[in-house]
Amino acid sequence: MSVKDDLYYSEDHEWVREEEDYLVIGVTDFAQEELGDIVFVELPEVDEEFDKDDSFGVLESVKAVSDTFIPVSGRVIEVNEDLLDNPELINDDPYGEGWLIKVDPADDSELDELLSAEEYAEFIEEE
Amino acid sequence: MDYISNTAAEKNKMLKEIGIKEVKDLFQMIPEAVAADDELKIKAGISEMELMRKAQAQAAKNKSLDQQISFLGAGAYDHYVPGIIDALISRSEFYTAYTPYQAELSQGTLEAIYEYQSMICDLTGMGIANASMLDGGSAAAEAVTMAARITRKARVILPDTINPAYREVIKTYGSGVDLDFIDLESENQIINPALIEEKIDNQTAVVVLQYPNFYGSIEKMESISKIVKNNKKTLLLIIANPILLGLLKAPADFGADIVVGEAQSLGSGLNYGGPNLGFMACRDDRKMLRQLPGRIVGKTTDVEGKEGFVLTLQTREQHIRREKATSNICTNEALNALMATIYLSTMGKEGLKEVGEQSYHKAHYLAAKLDQLAGYQVLNKENFFNEFVLKSEKDSTELINELMKADIIAGYDLKELGSEGILVCVTEKRTKTEMDKLVEKLEVL
Amino acid sequence: MEEKLIKDYSSPGRKGYSLPPLEVEKSNLAENLADYLREDLELPEVSEVDVVRHYTALSEMNYGVDSGIYPLGSCTMKYNPKRNERVARTSGLTNIHPYQPVEQLQGSLELLYQLKLDLAEISAMDEITLQPASGAHGEFTSLLIVKKYFADREEERTKVIVPDSAHGTNPASAAMAGFDVVEIASNERGMVDLDALAEALDEKTAALMLTNPNTLGIFEEDILKITEMVHEVGGLVYYDGANMNAIMGYAKPGLMDFDLMHFNLHKTFSTPHGGGGPGSGPVGVKDFLAPYLPKPLLKKDEEKYYWDYQRPKSIGKVHSFYGNYGVMLRAWSYIKTVGGSGLKETTENAVLNANYLKAKLKNDFELPYAEDSLHEFVLSGSRQKEEGASTLNIAKRLLDYDQYAPTIYFPLVVKEAMMIEPTETENIGTLDHFVETMLTISREIKENPEIVKNAPHSTIVRKLNETEAARNPDLHW
Repeated sequence: MSVKDDLYYSEDHEWVREEEDYLVIGVTDFAQEELGDIVFVELPEVDEEFDKDDSFGVLESVKAVSDTFIPVSGRVIEVNEDLLDNPELINDDPYGEGWLIKVDPADDSELDELLSAEEYAEFIEEE
Repeated sequence: MDYISNTAAEKNKMLKEIGIKEVKDLFQMIPEAVAADDELKIKAGISEMELMRKAQAQAAKNKSLDQQISFLGAGAYDHYVPGIIDALISRSEFYTAYTPYQAELSQGTLEAIYEYQSMICDLTGMGIANASMLDGGSAAAEAVTMAARITRKARVILPDTINPAYREVIKTYGSGVDLDFIDLESENQIINPALIEEKIDNQTAVVVLQYPNFYGSIEKMESISKIVKNNKKTLLLIIANPILLGLLKAPADFGADIVVGEAQSLGSGLNYGGPNLGFMACRDDRKMLRQLPGRIVGKTTDVEGKEGFVLTLQTREQHIRREKATSNICTNEALNALMATIYLSTMGKEGLKEVGEQSYHKAHYLAAKLDQLAGYQVLNKENFFNEFVLKSEKDSTELINELMKADIIAGYDLKELGSEGILVCVTEKRTKTEMDKLVEKLEVL
Repeated sequence: MEEKLIKDYSSPGRKGYSLPPLEVEKSNLAENLADYLREDLELPEVSEVDVVRHYTALSEMNYGVDSGIYPLGSCTMKYNPKRNERVARTSGLTNIHPYQPVEQLQGSLELLYQLKLDLAEISAMDEITLQPASGAHGEFTSLLIVKKYFADREEERTKVIVPDSAHGTNPASAAMAGFDVVEIASNERGMVDLDALAEALDEKTAALMLTNPNTLGIFEEDILKITEMVHEVGGLVYYDGANMNAIMGYAKPGLMDFDLMHFNLHKTFSTPHGGGGPGSGPVGVKDFLAPYLPKPLLKKDEEKYYWDYQRPKSIGKVHSFYGNYGVMLRAWSYIKTVGGSGLKETTENAVLNANYLKAKLKNDFELPYAEDSLHEFVLSGSRQKEEGASTLNIAKRLLDYDQYAPTIYFPLVVKEAMMIEPTETENIGTLDHFVETMLTISREIKENPEIVKNAPHSTIVRKLNETEAARNPDLHW
């Protein structure tokens, strides 16, 4: 199970990558492994706004459903349309092509509340 | 008792294995305060022979359609049920099976449902069909709530030409999730499209149409469809009679987003209104599919690449999604769906069309004859399928009662709905002699 | 595919039907409905023999109660007596139209009335509607009754409480009726945790939904305390009748102070499951809720049985007609042939069979709750999972031995759950055979887990790719 160094993590198993003008959000390798083969992804509309920890989407495997929770408040600026036809991208490449949404954050300081790679690795160890 | 085969000796052996003395000990955890103290006040069991005698005695107190000529329809149709259906569904591997959750031991049921879904798609012209709903009314109701979920709107346009029983079921279901209903009044049992134009707005989730409508008439499908399509987000729900679909255009041709109906006519018989068969189909659209209630069978392959069938997209359902499920439906009408599948296979496209045509021509023959009678009038003479409204100066209830004495049920008394006239239905089962008898009797009344 | 699809037997012009000649002159269909005629129907063109052989072949790819044991927990897959089928095919009882006048149908209505009375006697409920067509339909009907009752009293109650061991239909039905669902955890003995319940209860509570015995087969020993607690805050208590086969003749929901409930005629009263339906889910209520029952309600006066539509407080209709009458005929036949003392005997044997199985299996499989149980019990495959094969694998391996699997991964409170309900119609022989098979599988897992992990091997199809089925749905030909 991989945890990538340069990302922020939440206890709900989402990761956040900081880009210049926006944040990219996805689910971790641990999360995709727990869920199993993902068969369907429900994503928000562009311009929808969320508060930290709101549910912004749904991931479904054959026999389980999991909400995804946004780790930081913000406005959705792009969703990963490729996932609608190819949900397996989340299983294959959770930190890359399997990203979920891009967000314009409302409050950059919220990033500091998230876990580092090291902390997250410890966290899933305990789970 | 015949259905318990453990002998006294075997029971003792089992009790010993469990480590108790008597069966009653197994119930010790039931607190005395709630234990049923007396024996059940239900008579002792009877033998099979006595049961059959009793059933015959109850039947003898009925006057079934075997004993009279019936022109009753109004949502339950007396179409012919070929003998092949009962012969096949009586195979106990079908009727004593559970829901096909263990796919490997349920390929028969699963493949039959896949065929059923295919035939419903064919009939309705839609891209997706589920494995069945409880009946026509509940299918219509769940289609309305589905439309509300998809559009995230609560307003429903509900013409009075929809089967009144369905209207009631729709409103009952709607009361659960606070839907808002706009009732439309028809003129001469047809909805004026202008009325829909007037009522539809950006809060409208769905417009419901019945094809043909409760009175047997065919609505102005094209014009209504155009109006609904112009109102971008609003969905069009068509409640269709499957027998008619053998003959006339599919609801998809009128832009339906969801199609439901009662398929009791396809081989289930009357059975006093149940078990009936609700069918449901929608456009081939992933977002709609996510909101579809009920079971769905899909084709896939096994580990060796052999094709097979499974229940699929189950995350929509109650056993996984619980309170967030698209519906609570679990048990459906699988055996009736099998009946419909066998019926449609047996009839084929020509047979289904001929049933529709015969029903149509016979109904029109009778309507023309009745319309010629002095004091009687048929509403909407041309544009009906196999059901029409007969009006008379005479009281409809009295007419029906008089004809009943001659072993004829003339139809459904519209007084039940606070309206006037008799709703007369003709299927392919009615003979010329039977129809002529109705005309003759009315002539002398 | 083992047996090709019916459409693949199709040959243009082949016919499987016969109709009499039209007899009457054709009307001008082509003219009247010129814009409506269709040409695009593609139904198969096959002969009657094609149809018979095809569906016979399909039936041979199926497994029913008549094939062998069906130990699905909470599904009560008991034997479906053939005489009931015969009654349900009596033309004088079935060739009747729902809108015939009641005067013509006194035989059928009397029969339904008897069924109502018997259900009321079995449950200690006061009034019964037969209209709901399935268990879930009965639940939904009941929750609308609850909703209407409180609306009538102008009480705003928005919350329905369900235990975490509840059937999935419970929360789904509550949501459909517009309630917020609050789930409460069970205690370590598998029963309702009274503290958790107390915490969840308040003046917003509309109802608690409970099945007793619960899905672990355990009877709630504090049931009277539970119903009292809900009543104290002004809420109602609903009984999910899926597990009635455990208590008939021994306990009655009405005596446990439940206010309303549903029955599953297709479980407790032996009507066949039909590969997924039809069922029938009558609802019973205490007197004070009777005005809210769906309309019409079957009643009797000095002269006759009739349908009462004059019910101003009714929730309305939930079915187009009166429910699944054909299923009711079978349930009526069952109650008549089994009789009052027979129903009690049924319960005893259902419970005896389940406890016998439990005693025989509990050493080799983990028993997560040691409490006494009634008609069903839950084992965990956790031990086997550690040894290399999951509960799903065990279930699939059972199929290799020509036996149906228990309900698996339910209730959710047990990891690797196997929920087993043999019913009273199995005998010691079939039970022993099931036990032997389970023990064989347990041994196989120790010795050669791969054979279990890759099961089934001998079925018509092997493990099917469900992921592919869901990712790229192929839902029709």
